[in-house]
Amino acid sequence: MNKRFGTIVLDTSFRFIIPFIMVYSVYVLIHGEDSPGGGFQAGALFGIVFVLSRLVQGEDCALKISGTKAIMLAGVGTAIYGFVGVLTLIFGGNFLQYGALPLNMHEPERHAMGILGIEIGVTLCVMATIIAIFDALTRREEM
Amino acid sequence: MMRIVSYLVLLLMTGVMFITTSGLPELYNAKSAPATHVSPHYIENSKEETGSPNFVTAVLADYRGYDTLGETTVIFTAGIATVLLLRTSKGKEEKDSKKACLEEGKE
Repeated sequence: MNKRFGTIVLDTSFRFIIPFIMVYSVYVLIHGEDSPGGGFQAGALFGIVFVLSRLVQGEDCALKISGTKAIMLAGVGTAIYGFVGVLTLIFGGNFLQYGALPLNMHEPERHAMGILGIEIGVTLCVMATIIAIFDALTRREEM
Repeated sequence: MMRIVSYLVLLLMTGVMFITTSGLPELYNAKSAPATHVSPHYIENSKEETGSPNFVTAVLADYRGYDTLGETTVIFTAGIATVLLLRTSKGKEEKDSKKACLEEGKE
């Protein structure tokens, strides 16, 4: 888990696959409002990017977030969700009433932006939690 | 004695599970209780009420926005709990045992 076990085939195919997983994750996140998908799925995909990187490339992998940073990031994600809710409260709506957001757009677009905001929060939280749990599980062998 | 008690509790919980499962609504039945309560309202009115083209998103982010906030918090809490349980205890034990080994070696 901590030493790289990738042969040249695994290493090269990893480099090819990773950008596609990332782009697909962002696609799932942004199209979450009008198609299947959303924050949880996008977060799982983006978490997999980091887990794969750690599995294939070992300790000194290219894409790396330490467990402490990851759990902070998860907190930030949850806070973003709550912050969007508080923002709509401040601008005179109900909690999580996205139409109240102060954006120069039509009502459905403001609504979509609000949903994108909360889904970014969910994505960060899920991604960082997957990384943190993986890091906590594999940490034992380091010492 | 404790083993008998734990088997009894297990048996009880299994019984409770079976009883509650038999009370669940029938799947694929359009006339079951959940399919006639709020679901038709969501399917028919979510477009006008929320403006979202997808009523799964409408339920997830609008009607049940609080619920999704709770789910996110649950995931975050699960992550924190795992990290707290797995990381600190293992690290400390190994460090302590290493220290003990070193001290024994010195003596």
